[in-house]
This record gives sequence, C-alpha cells and structure tokens, in this order.
Amino acid sequence: MKIHGARERTVATGGIELCVVELGDAARPTVVLVHGYPDSKEVWSEVATRLADRFHVVLYDVRGMGRSTAPSPLRGGFTLEKLTDDFVAVIDAVSPDRPVHVVGHDWGSVQSWEFVTVKRTEGRIASFTSMSGPSLDHFGHWIKQRMKRPTPRKVGQLLGQGAKSWYVYMLHTPVVPELAWRGPLGKRWPKILERVERVPAGDYPTASLPTDAAHGAWLYRDNVRARLTRPREDAYAHAPVQLITPLGDAFLSPRLYDQLELWAPDLTRRSLPAKHWVPRTRPDQLTAWIGEFVTAHEAREGGVPARRATPSGKYADRFGGQLVLVTGAGSGIGRATAFAFAEAGARVIAVDRDAESAARTAEMAQLIGAPEAWAETVDVSDEQAMEKLAEKVAAEYGVVDVLVNNAGIGLSGSFFDTTPEDWKKVLDVNLWGVIHGCRLFGKQMADRGQGGHIVNTASAAAFLPSKALPAYSTSKAAVLMLSECLRAELAGQGIGVSAICPGLVNTNITATARFAGADAEEEKRRQEKSSRLYGRRNYPPEKVADAILDAVVQNKAVVPVTPEARGAHLMSRFTPRALRAIARMEPPL
Amino acid sequence: MTTAVARELSAELRGFREVQTLAYECAEAVAAQLKPGVTEREAARMQREWLRERGVRDWFHLPFAWFGDRTAFVNFRVPLQFFPTNRRLEAGMPFILDMAPVHKGYTADIGYSGCLGLSPLHDKLLADLRAHRELILREVRERRTLREIYEDVDRLMVRQGYANRHRAYPFGVIAHKVDRVRERRLNPTLFGFGAQSLKGLASDALHGHRDGWSPLWSPYRFSDHPPQPGLWAVEPHLGFRGTGAKFEELLVVTDSKDPEESAFWLDDDLPHVRRWAEGI
Repeated sequence: MKIHGARERTVATGGIELCVVELGDAARPTVVLVHGYPDSKEVWSEVATRLADRFHVVLYDVRGMGRSTAPSPLRGGFTLEKLTDDFVAVIDAVSPDRPVHVVGHDWGSVQSWEFVTVKRTEGRIASFTSMSGPSLDHFGHWIKQRMKRPTPRKVGQLLGQGAKSWYVYMLHTPVVPELAWRGPLGKRWPKILERVERVPAGDYPTASLPTDAAHGAWLYRDNVRARLTRPREDAYAHAPVQLITPLGDAFLSPRLYDQLELWAPDLTRRSLPAKHWVPRTRPDQLTAWIGEFVTAHEAREGGVPARRATPSGKYADRFGGQLVLVTGAGSGIGRATAFAFAEAGARVIAVDRDAESAARTAEMAQLIGAPEAWAETVDVSDEQAMEKLAEKVAAEYGVVDVLVNNAGIGLSGSFFDTTPEDWKKVLDVNLWGVIHGCRLFGKQMADRGQGGHIVNTASAAAFLPSKALPAYSTSKAAVLMLSECLRAELAGQGIGVSAICPGLVNTNITATARFAGADAEEEKRRQEKSSRLYGRRNYPPEKVADAILDAVVQNKAVVPVTPEARGAHLMSRFTPRALRAIARMEPPL
Repeated sequence: MTTAVARELSAELRGFREVQTLAYECAEAVAAQLKPGVTEREAARMQREWLRERGVRDWFHLPFAWFGDRTAFVNFRVPLQFFPTNRRLEAGMPFILDMAPVHKGYTADIGYSGCLGLSPLHDKLLADLRAHRELILREVRERRTLREIYEDVDRLMVRQGYANRHRAYPFGVIAHKVDRVRERRLNPTLFGFGAQSLKGLASDALHGHRDGWSPLWSPYRFSDHPPQPGLWAVEPHLGFRGTGAKFEELLVVTDSKDPEESAFWLDDDLPHVRRWAEGI
C-alpha cells in the first residue's frame, strides 16, 4: 500500500533499517505519527493525508514491523530505550534543527510517553498528542497507588482495567501468540476489526500484519513487566500534552488518566465517543485536534501566544473543535444551546430565519469560547433553502458533528379553530424543519461514517394531550417519534439521536405564538398573558441547553427537562388516564 | 417657572452632580488600585475610606463590590448575597463597584463596571449598555409608563442575548428615586442602607401609594404609571454567563412640557459615557 504523495527513505539505527515516509512541505512544522500494535504506519494514512497540506508529516514503521527490519535476536530488541534510539534517529534525519510534534496511538503512544519524559529528547519535542496508550511508568504508579490503599472504588478500577488487559497476559505466553497471528488470527483480523471496531473496510491492515503482530509481541514482553513493577519516578512530560481518550475503548479505561496532570503539567484533555482504532474511524476529528494543538504550540514557540477566550464549559474535552449547527439559534433555547456549545469550545453555526439575531448569536458565541462561529439565515420549513444551506455548510465549514434541530413555532387554539393554513404552517416548521435537518445534515453525517449526534427539540406537549394545543402537540409528538425511529436506524453508525422535551421554559415562543380563533387584539392579550405565565415560571433556557449537552454526551434517547415535563413523562407511562382527564381542562389563558 | 425657582433647581442639581462626580472619581480611584488578590470586602472598604476622607458621613447604601461571576449575580437567591465577600480578584475578572454616598445632604447612587485586564466580552457588554441608556431616556421623555419602559429594556436585553440581572435586585427594580437627605450627627445604617435614606424612600412610598405611583421602578403593577418628577437612580444590569456589567446614574425627570427638559441625564461626563464617545 502506498500513501498518496509520500516520499520514502530508510534510516539506519543500531543495526536496524527503519522505513520512513514524509508528506507535505518540509519547511512546515514537523508532525511525527507513531503507530501501535499490531499496526504499521499505514494505520495513519487517513490522518496523514489530511494533515499533509498544513504540516510536514512523518511516519515510520517501528522496528520489526511493516517495512522496517527486525532486531536479532528479538528478545531484548524492543526495549523502550531502543525504541527511543530509533525515534531520535528519525527526527535527526527529518527535522535536525527544529523540535517536532509527536502523535502516538496505542503502543505508539506508550513509547512516545517515554520519548517525552526522558532527558535526551528535551528541546526536541514541541508537543505530544497521546491516544489510547498510557505511559507504562504512570500505569505502574497508578496500580501501586490503588494497591497501597485499596478502597472498594479503587479495587473496582483495578479489576476493571485488569479485565481489559487480558491480551497483555496472552502476549506474555511464549510461541502461542506468534502461531495464532501467523495462522488463523492473522487471517481473520481485518474482518474482526470491521465487525467489532467498525473500522471501514479498505487497504488496512496491510499484508505484513502476521509478521508485525508476531514481532510486536516482544514490545510487551520486553517492557511491561519491568516497567509496571519498577516504574520510573521521574517520568514528567517536558512538552505540552494533548490526551485524546476514546470513551468506548475496549482495552483501556478512561480512569487510567485520572491524575495525569501530576505527570504532565501542561495537559489538554479531549474525549471522543469511539472505540480503540480512532485513527481509522475518526480521522477528521483527530486531524482537527492535532492541527489545532500543533498550531497553538507553534505560535507559542514563536513568542506570540494566540490570545482568545479559552473554552471553560463543563464539556470542553468533548466538544472542543467540533462543528455544531443549531437551528432557531436567534433566541431562547436555540441561542442558549449555541452559547453552551461555544463555551465548550465548539465551532458554531447559528441558523435562524431572523438574520440579525442569528448574527448576534454567532458574535457572542465567539466571545465566550467558540473558535469560529457563523450565522446563517434560513427558514427551516423551506426545503430548497435548507438544501442550499446544507451544501454551503458542507463546502465551507465541513460535516457537522452535532446537529440541533430546535427551530419551532407555537400554536394554540381548539381543533376546530385551527385552520388548514395554521396546521400547514406549524407542521411545516416544527415537523418538516426537523425532517429537512435530519435528512440533509444527518445524511452528510452518515455518509462520512465518523459518528455524530442529532438533537431534536420536541416538547413536553409531545406526550401531554391538551385541548388547547392540538396542532402543536401533534407536530411535537411526530418529532419525538421521528427521533426514536431515526435513533434506531443510525445506532449502527455511531450517530446518536436525542429528543428533548423541555416543558414551560421562559423564551419568546409565547410572545410569537399564534392563537387560533382569536382576533388580533385577543391574540396579543393571550400572548402577553402566556408570556407572563412563562416568565413567572422563569425556567431559564440555559438549563435546557445544559440538558441538551448532557443528552449528547450520554447519548440519551428522550430527555424531559423541567420538573413538570418529567412528571408528565412519568404520568404518560404509568397513569395515562389521569393525563387524559387533565387534557380536558380549560387552560388558564 | 420663575427664575428663582429655576435657580434653586439648578443649584440643587449642581449639588447632586457634585456628589455623583465625587462617587465616580472614587470608583475610578479604587478601580485603579485593584489588583489580583484583593477581596470584595477590601474593595468595599477602600471605597468607604476614600469617600470618608472627602467628607461623606452618610449613605443611601454602603459601598458594594462584586467580582467574577458575582457581577452577573450567578445563583443569587437572598439579598444577603449582595454584600461583599472574601472573593478574591483574579486576572481577567470583571468587577462592579456600587456606592451611594450622601454628601452635604445630596445623594448619589452609582455603579461602575470594570475588568482586571483585557476582556473582549466585557467590552461588548459595556458597549451594549449604551443602547439602554438611550432607550430609557427616549421612553421617559415619551412619558411611557415605567412598567412599559422596564419591559422594553428587558426585551432589548433578550434581543442582545443577555439576561437582565436587575431582576435580582430587591423588588426587581431597575431604578429608584433619590432625594435630599437631612444631615444628622448620627447616621446609622440598616442592612447596608442609610436610615435617613430609607426613611425618605418609605415616605415617598407612602405618599406615592396615595397618588398612585411608586419610588421603585419595577416590573410589577405598582410601576404602571408615567415617570414621576424627581431624581431617579437608574441601573440597567446585563448578565451573560458569568460576566455582568451595569452603569448607574441619576436621571432627572421634570414636569416640563418641553421633551428635552422633561427628562435628562444629570451628567454626561461620566466614565461609561466618555468611553462610548471615544468609540471603544
């Protein structure tokens, strides 16, 4: 397999010949990508090609794997010290007088932790991005700490990680792993990856896999026992570290990094709802985070630190740098949601039919932490306009990671007062708006195949019958059902769908709601009265926004927000007859 | 209006203007001394001492200081939370100094927003307050009811993306009347408010109640009347996710038929107004 545009060379070190490839302009900052086990440098091909237009990207096959030669004998040839020799030889060759940015996955990250914590590379590494590979020394201390004071929680953590590390014990048995890899396991591995990890099919893994995996077993045998029993005391990172934690990693518990700040003082945390092989399954997100981190630490090298509002939100690790589109972002829940994502460091597209308020949301979003924010004016019920918007967004900003279909209008009045035009309008915005959003942006998300999340703002009215809100409740019930169906359909593609059912929230939906069957004056009176009621209830949209972020992080299906919404949700499940009785009551308007 | 009355009025206004200027000078002097580590209590004491040295003996209310997210009244539930705490100022934190000294029988009530270091967000909030100052003056001149003006200020804040934090003040007031205060030898305070001023406010409330107006400018029905002539300390207060900003200054309302003279800000030479004039 050949990575597009790669320049290959061989670097000799301690009797080994390492296969090194370079992409991109060598004058740009150098990013060295180190692969894990049982991989070869090709695991990075998706990320490397994406990074190559901005950086000088360097990949190499670790000794004994891919097209690099193996040490002889194998035993003792894979110690972290020797791997560090290799790394130094590579950076001497590709970037002799400028520090490099290291990125490691799995064992590549394990060994990069060694690179970034030993004296001899000080000043040679500008930054380190780690994913799915802890430092063996930190791991050793982590175990010791939990053994020394075993509280139930700590024992649980130990046992949990112990169970996840089954393959480490397996790899310590002699000969068997080699036989398995050269035999049936090696043959079936690509299919296993596809099925279990959802790694897209293609030219990865490479044909050298059985040999790579067999040689790589010595990575474990040469290092794990030695380091875990006698971890180094001075394993402090001398470069800024970005830690990317895949939350669904089958081999490593996120708990492993609990006190990492002690070892890496300049630490940025990122988390990703994905499994272990993120370089294959989430290349876009990794590229964005690596690019951002490298650029930030290049700017600092130059003495001009990039100054902007730092994301301070609760979920900054999860949404930092992600692309979030919110409809109805000009006011109320939509605006609060856009701000909450902005605070978490997401890039925000604020969509509203009112251009001025959308622009305002985007402007304020940038002031509180969004690295970039844009305003778009569109009526969500307009199919063609939405299509145009989807095209524009894909072309200019990229595929959205989180879509929030929030735009909606209120309509109150009895069924017979509700005209066909009223019905059409409320369904067009509340239901069709959501359908268009899911269809267009959800499709882009699904086609990219790198996960994502869709949030649809339904309402407590979706499960709360009322004689005063037939059209509105119908539209929202449809949104709720649509969300649940879509959730089932997209579950296999790592895309979550949540329906939010807020309840009475202090927004201006009441001030702009239609009251069917009322003349203009009566409508205004009712708008004011209901606004006042909602104002007295005074449930802030910010809390709904928090619930939305929570729902995305935890991939919740249906989220009633206010206490009354939660109560109504419970009643709809356990005492639906009582709800039906309440539905007959005249609302206080 | 006879000239004598006019002269007396302008003499009186001069008295109010002087104490307002003094209070803003105090705010600027104290703000200039704020540095990381200073607590709200210390900042409040600095204001108190600065004003005492210049002859202030009585207060409408004692000086307040709010730092960080307290400027946006995050999680304010009970009035006691208004009082200065041991919260320490840090680099980049917004702060608000609020004081209401009484000097030679004249009252001022001012609010000063600042930020320790640069903050584009804080700058934005301060800049957006300008529209509120203009809106309030315009609508008072139009003789809209106080409640209507309150709701319009509210709507403007919502449009701007902010939460109105004056809602957290006692009775949700955006403004209250101030008057001359008789000078006494003893000037006790009650919950941070000067006893004399409270007395004035209470008697206003009593008289107002008979005539259908209130010395408190609030969102409630008792503010459903046109602006009453006199001096109003107006304090629109914006809050945005842990950052707050306000100004507070005196608005003069008269019963003149000429719209220009029917209402005007007591002084236009104030830090926030100068800031807008400089185009920051």
